[in-house]
Amino acid sequence: MMRRGGFNEEVELSIGQKLLRFNWLLAALLAAAATVGFLMLYSVAGGTLEGRAERQIILFALGFGAMMLVAMIDIRFWRRLSVLFYIGALGMLVLTHFFGETGKGAQRWLDLRFMQIQPSEPMKIALVMALAAFYHWLEPERVSRPFWVAVALLIALVPAALVLQQPDLGTTMLLLAGAGVVMFLAGVSWWYFGGVFMLVGAGVWAVFASKGASWQILKDYQYRRIETFLDPSKDPLGAGYHITQSTIAIGSGGLDGKGLLRGSQTHLRFLPEAHTDFIFTTLAEEFGFRGGIGLLSLYMLIIFVATLTAIRIGNMFGRLLAGGVAATFFFFFAINVAMVTGLAPVVGVPLPLVSYGGTSMLTLMFAFGLLLSAQVHGDSAAER
Amino acid sequence: MFDDRRERDRRATFTRRAIVLFGAQLGVAGVLGVRLYKLQIVDQAQYRKLAEDNRINPETIAPERGEIFDRAGAPLAVNRPNYTLSFIREQAKDLEKAIADLRALASLSDREVQSLRRKLKRSAKFKPVLVKEDLDWDTFARLNANAPALPGALLDVGLVRTYPEADKLAHVIGYVGAVTSRDLKRHKGDDRLLRLPGARIGKTGVELAAEKTLRGEAGVRRVEINAGGREVAEIDRIEGDPGSDLTLTIDLALQRYAMKRIEKESAAVVVMDCITGDLLVLASGPAYDPNKFVFGISQRDWDDLRRDEYDPLRNKALAGEYPPGSTFKMITAIAALEAGKISPRTSFTCTGRMKFGDRYFHCWKRAGHGRVDMLRGVKNSCDVYFYEAALSAGIDKIAEVARKFGVGEAPKLEIPNVRDGLLPTRDWVRKTYKRGWNGGETLNVGIGQGALLMTPLQMAVMTARIANGAEQVQARIVKAINGVELERAPFEPLDVSKDAIDIVKAGMFAVSNEPGGTAFRSRIADPENALAGKTGTAQVRRIGKEERAAGVKKNADLPWRLRDHALFVAFAPVKTPRYAISVIVEHGGGGSKAAAPVARDVLMRALYGPQPPLEAYPVHLRREIAKAREEAEKAKATGADPVKIMGE
Repeated sequence: MMRRGGFNEEVELSIGQKLLRFNWLLAALLAAAATVGFLMLYSVAGGTLEGRAERQIILFALGFGAMMLVAMIDIRFWRRLSVLFYIGALGMLVLTHFFGETGKGAQRWLDLRFMQIQPSEPMKIALVMALAAFYHWLEPERVSRPFWVAVALLIALVPAALVLQQPDLGTTMLLLAGAGVVMFLAGVSWWYFGGVFMLVGAGVWAVFASKGASWQILKDYQYRRIETFLDPSKDPLGAGYHITQSTIAIGSGGLDGKGLLRGSQTHLRFLPEAHTDFIFTTLAEEFGFRGGIGLLSLYMLIIFVATLTAIRIGNMFGRLLAGGVAATFFFFFAINVAMVTGLAPVVGVPLPLVSYGGTSMLTLMFAFGLLLSAQVHGDSAAER
Repeated sequence: MFDDRRERDRRATFTRRAIVLFGAQLGVAGVLGVRLYKLQIVDQAQYRKLAEDNRINPETIAPERGEIFDRAGAPLAVNRPNYTLSFIREQAKDLEKAIADLRALASLSDREVQSLRRKLKRSAKFKPVLVKEDLDWDTFARLNANAPALPGALLDVGLVRTYPEADKLAHVIGYVGAVTSRDLKRHKGDDRLLRLPGARIGKTGVELAAEKTLRGEAGVRRVEINAGGREVAEIDRIEGDPGSDLTLTIDLALQRYAMKRIEKESAAVVVMDCITGDLLVLASGPAYDPNKFVFGISQRDWDDLRRDEYDPLRNKALAGEYPPGSTFKMITAIAALEAGKISPRTSFTCTGRMKFGDRYFHCWKRAGHGRVDMLRGVKNSCDVYFYEAALSAGIDKIAEVARKFGVGEAPKLEIPNVRDGLLPTRDWVRKTYKRGWNGGETLNVGIGQGALLMTPLQMAVMTARIANGAEQVQARIVKAINGVELERAPFEPLDVSKDAIDIVKAGMFAVSNEPGGTAFRSRIADPENALAGKTGTAQVRRIGKEERAAGVKKNADLPWRLRDHALFVAFAPVKTPRYAISVIVEHGGGGSKAAAPVARDVLMRALYGPQPPLEAYPVHLRREIAKAREEAEKAKATGADPVKIMGE
C-alpha cells in the first residue's frame, strides 16, 4: 500500500480524546478577536448591542459551534471532500457569473432564495483545501516540475479569474496569495517565486514607463485611478475621500484614543463603512495606538499559534491546510489594516472576525474548524 | 524507510518555510505597526486638527440690521420675517426629482428654476443655495409639512427690510438689495457677512451711507456637524452686535404732506430747522417704491422708472442742480453791502434793460421798475438793480459771501450723492475754459443765472443761514444713534454784518407781506407766524434776440421740457425764525405761482400742524379752503376718497 501523505497509524479517537487534544488556546484567541468586533459594532451603532452587534454575536456563536463540529470530524473526511468542495465552489462562481445579483457595481452575490451567498468566500477555503489535497497526493519529487506547477497554477487561476471579472480585486488577491502560500509551503522551488516577483515587477514598471509613450498600456483614466490609489490626497472629495477620512480618524486617535463612543469621525459619519471594512479605523480612533497595536498583536498571536500547530501536524494535507488557513487569515487582516491606514488601495477586504458580515465570519470559522480538525487528527493516517 | 525519509524531508521543508513565512508576516505586521505609530503618535496633532475641522463648522450669525425711524420714532425702515427656501445639492439623491418637487410645492417659475440651476453649478455641493425668498405663509407651511420628502430643502426664517412709507421717503432712506460682486469690492474686509446666502446691503440713500452703522457685527456659532453637513450640536456661540438704530431728523408727517403736495409734479421740497440744522423734509417727487428693490426689481418696473420723464430715480432735493435764479439775489445784495460800495439806500434806475459792454442785459419787467433801492429791489426782484449791485461787489466778493452761505459745496450728510452745485469764480473759469473772467458773467451770476448751480438743499441751507443771521448752520439728517442724541459740533460764525442780514430779511418780508411783493398772494396772514421769502424763476432755455423783439414766449406756450423752473425760498416765523424752506417745481413756470404756494402750505403744516386755522390764510383763499375742508369731511363720513386740500 502506498503511503504518501503521512504516518499510517490507524487510530480512532473518541470525542472526549478529541476535545482533550483540541487547541483551546487558539479557540480562546479567536473568541477574543471576535469580542473586539462586538465591542466595535456596539460603538459604531452608537452604544447599543441591538442590530448588528447582536447579530454578529449570534453569528459568531453559530460559527464557533460549526468550528467545533468541523474540528471533531476526521481530517481524512475533509481531505476526501476537498475536490468536491472545490468543484462545488467553482460551480457557484460560474453560476454567479451568469445569474448573480449586482451590488455596488459588482456581481458577487448568488441568490439562493432562502439566503444570499457570496461564492468567492467559500472559494478562499476550497482553493486552499484543493491545493493541500493536491500536494498531499503529489509525489514530493514532482512538486517543482513545471508541469505540476502548471497544474497547481491552473487550480488557482481559474477561480481567481472568475472572481477578478466580477470585479473583486481584493478577493482575487487573497485567492492568489493563499494559493501561493500553499505552494510555497508545499516546497515549490524558490525559483518560481523569484520568477513571479520579477514578472510582476517588470509588469508594473512597464505600466508606468509606458505612460505618455506611444505604447501606453492603460487608458488615461486608469492611470488617474492608480494615482488616486497611490495618493488619495489628490482627490479628497472623490475616490480618496474614504482613505483621507480614515487616516484622519486613526491619526486623531493618538496614543490612548478618544474613548469608546467618542470617535467623532466615526459617529459623525465622516468615516464610511465603519461597521465593515473600516472597523479597524474606529478601533484605532477610539482606543488609539494602544488599541490598534493590541489587535495587531492578538492577530499575530493567532497566526503564531496556528503556524506552530501546522508545523506539528503529522500529515501533508493537514499541514498545508493549516498553513494555508493561517496565511489566508493573515492576508485578510494585513490587507485590511494596510488599506485603512492608507498603505494599500481600497479593495474591500474585511477585518477577519471583527468586521460585520455573515459569510466572511462563517467561512473563517469553518476554515479554523478545518485547521483544528487537522490539529486534533494530526497524527492520524492520511491514506491516499 | 524511503517513504519515511521523504516524508521527513517534506516535513522539514514545510517547517523551514513556515518559519520563513511567519518571519515575513511578522515583518509586514511590523510595517503596519510603524504606520500606526506614524499616524497616531508622530502626526497626531495634525490629524487631531483635521478631525476637529471636520467636526466643527463655524457659522456666521447675521446680526439684525439697525432700523430707521423719523424724529418722533415712527418706523421708516424696519425688519420683518422673511421665509426662505434654500437647497443643498449634496443631500438630494435625485437632483431632477428634487427640483421637480420644489418647483411644484414652492410654485417656482421657469426663470427661478433656471437661476437655481445656474447657482447650483457655481457653488459647492454642500453649500445651501437660495431658491426663493419671501415665501408667503401658506407656501412656507406647505413646504414645511412636506420637508421629510424633500431631501436637501432647507427652510428658514430670516429678516428682510421693509419700508412702510414706500415712496414717501424713498430718496432719503434708499433701499437694500442683494450683494453683488461690485458691493464686495466696495466693502472690503467684512466679506463673511456679505457672503451669507440672502445677505442684503445698502444700495443707496441712508441705507448705503450708514451701511457700517446699520449692519452691526457678525457673530459666530461653532456647531458640530456630521459628514452630511447636518448640525448635530452647538458647541458655543459668540453673539454679534446688532446694527444700530438710526433716528433721522425727518418729520414724517411733514414729509408725507410735502410729498402729497408736490404730487404729479417733478419737484423737490427741503425744510430745515434754522437753529439746529435738522432736515425736517427732504422731498423729491415723483419717487419710487423702495420695497420693490429688496428682492430685485423686475425689468418692467425698472424700465418704467428709467423712462419716466419726471426722473423718479433722481433725488432732486440733493442731487438736482438748478440755476437758483432770483433766490440768489440776497447773496448779491449782502455781497454788495459787504463790499462797502453801496448802502441799502443807494438806488439805481431800471429802464427794463441795461447795457454792459456791447450787450444789453434785460430785466424780467420790460417796462422797467424806475428808481429802485435795495428793499424794493428784493421785493420786486428787479434784475437791473442786481446787475448794478453785482458789478459794485465784483465776482470775488460774491463768491466769498456765497461760500459763507454754503453755495458751491455739498453739505455732509449720511446720504450718498449729495451734489456740490457750481459756484463760478475766476479760478473755475480759468481751469475749465482756459480763459479770463468775462465781466458780463458777473451780471448773470448776480441774478442767479449763468453757470451758477445750486441744489434745493443748498438753497435751504442758504435761507436758513440768512434766517439765523449769526451762524453757518449745517444741515444734518441723523439725529440719534440707538436713541442717543448725536452731539452737534458748534457752528462757525456766519461773519456777515447784521445790517446786511436785516435789510435782506426786510426785503424778503416785503416780498411776501407787502402788496406788490412777488409772493404776496402766498403769504401767511397770521402776523405771529408770517413768512419771508424770495421767488425765483430759472430759465432753462436761451432767449434769442428775435424772440425778445417779438415778445418773450409765455411758459404755457412752451413744451414742458423748455418751461422755466419755479423756485421759492422762505423762512418763518419772521420774528423768531424757525423753519427754512426751499421749493423747486421743475418746469413749473414762475416761482410766485408754482413754488410759493407749496412753500406756504408746507410751512403752515410745520407751524400749526395738520389743520392750520383758516385765519392764517390770505383772505382770498379762505372761502375756497373752507369749502374743500367741508367736502373732505363729508367724503370721510361717506367713505369716499377725501378731496385734496391744497390752497390756492
